[in-house]
Amino acid sequence: MTDKILTVRMDAYPSDSHKLHRYVGTGGYEALRKALTEMSRDEIVEEVKVSNMRGRGGAGFPTGVKWGFLAPSEPRYLVINCDESEPGTFNDRQLTERDPHQLLEGIVISSYALGVNHAFVYIRGEYPKAARRMQSAVEEAYEAGYLGEDILGSGFSLDVTLHLGGGAYICGEETALLNSLEGRRGEPRLKPPFPAIEGLYGKPTIVNNVESISNIPWITVNGGAAYAAIGPERSAGTKMLSISGHVKEPGNYEIVMGMTWRELIYEIGGGIRDDRALKAWIPGGASAPWFVPDEHLDTLVTIEDVAANGSMIGAGAVVVMDETTNVVAAAHRIVRFFAHESCGQCTPCREGTFWLEAVLKRILNGGGRPEDIDLLLSISDNISPGLVWPPAMTTICPLGPSAVSPVTSITRWFRPEIEAMISMREVAVV
Amino acid sequence: MTTVIAHWSHDNRKRAESILASYPERRSAIMPLLYVASLEHDYVTSDAMRDVAALIGITPVQVQSVASFYTMFKRSRVGDYLVSVCTSISCYLVGADDVLSAVENLVEGGRDDAGEDASISVEHVECLGACGGAPAVQVNYELIEGVTPEKAEALIGWLRATSPEVVLADEMQQLFGGRRSFDWGPSEAEGATRPLPAFGPYGSARECR
Ligand SMILES: Cc1cc2nc3c(=O)[nH]c(=O)nc-3n(C[C@H](O)[C@H](O)[C@H](O)COP(=O)(O)O)c2cc1C
Ligand code: SF4
Ligand code: FES
Repeated sequence: MTDKILTVRMDAYPSDSHKLHRYVGTGGYEALRKALTEMSRDEIVEEVKVSNMRGRGGAGFPTGVKWGFLAPSEPRYLVINCDESEPGTFNDRQLTERDPHQLLEGIVISSYALGVNHAFVYIRGEYPKAARRMQSAVEEAYEAGYLGEDILGSGFSLDVTLHLGGGAYICGEETALLNSLEGRRGEPRLKPPFPAIEGLYGKPTIVNNVESISNIPWITVNGGAAYAAIGPERSAGTKMLSISGHVKEPGNYEIVMGMTWRELIYEIGGGIRDDRALKAWIPGGASAPWFVPDEHLDTLVTIEDVAANGSMIGAGAVVVMDETTNVVAAAHRIVRFFAHESCGQCTPCREGTFWLEAVLKRILNGGGRPEDIDLLLSISDNISPGLVWPPAMTTICPLGPSAVSPVTSITRWFRPEIEAMISMREVAVV
Repeated sequence: MTTVIAHWSHDNRKRAESILASYPERRSAIMPLLYVASLEHDYVTSDAMRDVAALIGITPVQVQSVASFYTMFKRSRVGDYLVSVCTSISCYLVGADDVLSAVENLVEGGRDDAGEDASISVEHVECLGACGGAPAVQVNYELIEGVTPEKAEALIGWLRATSPEVVLADEMQQLFGGRRSFDWGPSEAEGATRPLPAFGPYGSARECR
């Protein structure tokens, strides 16, 4: 059984996995040749549907199904989301820096399948190296005839433009990203209309994540059924997980889902640094509700098992916290991020994240009040009514409700610790 | 409609033209042009925004409204070396606050214009996508992973002592870094010549030297 798809080349050829000669020398652009010469556009979309590949950018929406929604009017656009800024995630950076042609071949095949002649790659501004590597790959591909006019004599033409972000996490949200790409403030749009109907410049647009599109060449060569056969049915294929925090072996790991969290943290992540005890972990990036060892170590690492336990795999960022972690400080750090990154359009998000940050800070500084835990929960409830996961959306985008995750996590799992911190306030103030 | 910004360098005028030609609609060029304008004006000054507005054919106020949304479009002068310390969750968990304090202690008030050779600005930033190599630091957006407070102090000393013309991630990683998020592959000869992302079309060492 295949256990790696995306990282094979970079592991085997660390010195030049990003270069065209190595890519072509290891079977690269054969998927494109197959797509253009042997497959119709609909057949490719069908293979992607059959693959069951779910979007890797966070929402987990099946890519083939999304492609099926693309409105037929022209022009249409494909936009690749390489804005990766969710605290804890760093796998798109690796895929873009180390195997840019894999992503680019995915872009060309996807564009052909979707009837797109101009694709964009939106790269966060803090990733200049990824942008340089991608730019070199694009130049090499134009030179070799994999981009531009009449690709491989097929009559199909495609241009690719790279766009550098300006340091705003919210631009990772797909409609904010489209606004940013149009030269506007990166504020999310109300949906519907969805981008597949009215996206970039009001035209039908597919937005996909770097990892999602990097899988397309493999699916094209091996078929959707082969991809669907890897791993659990509803979490098919491989997934890049970024593991960070208090583990011995932080890093990116391309895994087949279905193992337990215990195996992931203790075997793949190498266990907890200095062999301390595990206190909590975030299974899917700063936005996700936390897991704790007493409840979740034997939960399976799959999209649906994590969802059934009230959290999400998201973009695959696992942040591990050991017993020394001050959970109020950790939650504050995450809430501070969301408060800073809120675009300010929705009052509950703008005001709520500000107040959550202020109250957590007050507790941390020894000025906590007995009513503060209830206050935190009531502010949270204003941002995310009912405090359910997935959130009952009353804001334009999910950023606001995401800010609530660390708060509900610590009040749920570590309430006595917060209470102790609040009652210690006199001690702390002295 | 091609407005020529007469006072821009030949290279930057060419760059602006090719940027404008890369998008179906001119307005999309605002962000890249703001980077190019920062090459001309050092940072996003009112004049820089006026130039971008003229190139695109919108008002300076429209450009300002976009520029002010993004933290990387600096509205005031920063040092020759912009040192960005990540203090987001994964870096925080492994001591990023100590890295930040170490740097801030050396660079009073986050700014240092006193140095003869190099002026340094310090900022703390959110996740740099290097959490597997936490704590992470960037100098002019070039990355160093696995930084300790001691190494961060040494980095500041090195920037002051050597005033590198081009800031190279691989060189800094070698000197001041530790564990990385992943194998970076071969070292690169390209880096940043100023506090702007060094990306070919908008200000790389390759084109700007
Ligand atoms: C606040 C916020 C930030 C996001 N950031 C990213 C990101 O950095 N990269 C990404 O691919 N998707 C991000 N997403 C998800 C995108 O909106 C979108 O669902 C995704 O790019 C679609 O690609 P996929 O279907 O291939 O996953 C973010 C969503 C939200 C709400
Ligand atoms: S929820 Fe927050 S980030 Fe999202 S659109 Fe509303 S204010 Fe902006
Ligand atoms: S949290 Fe610091 S690089 Fe991600």
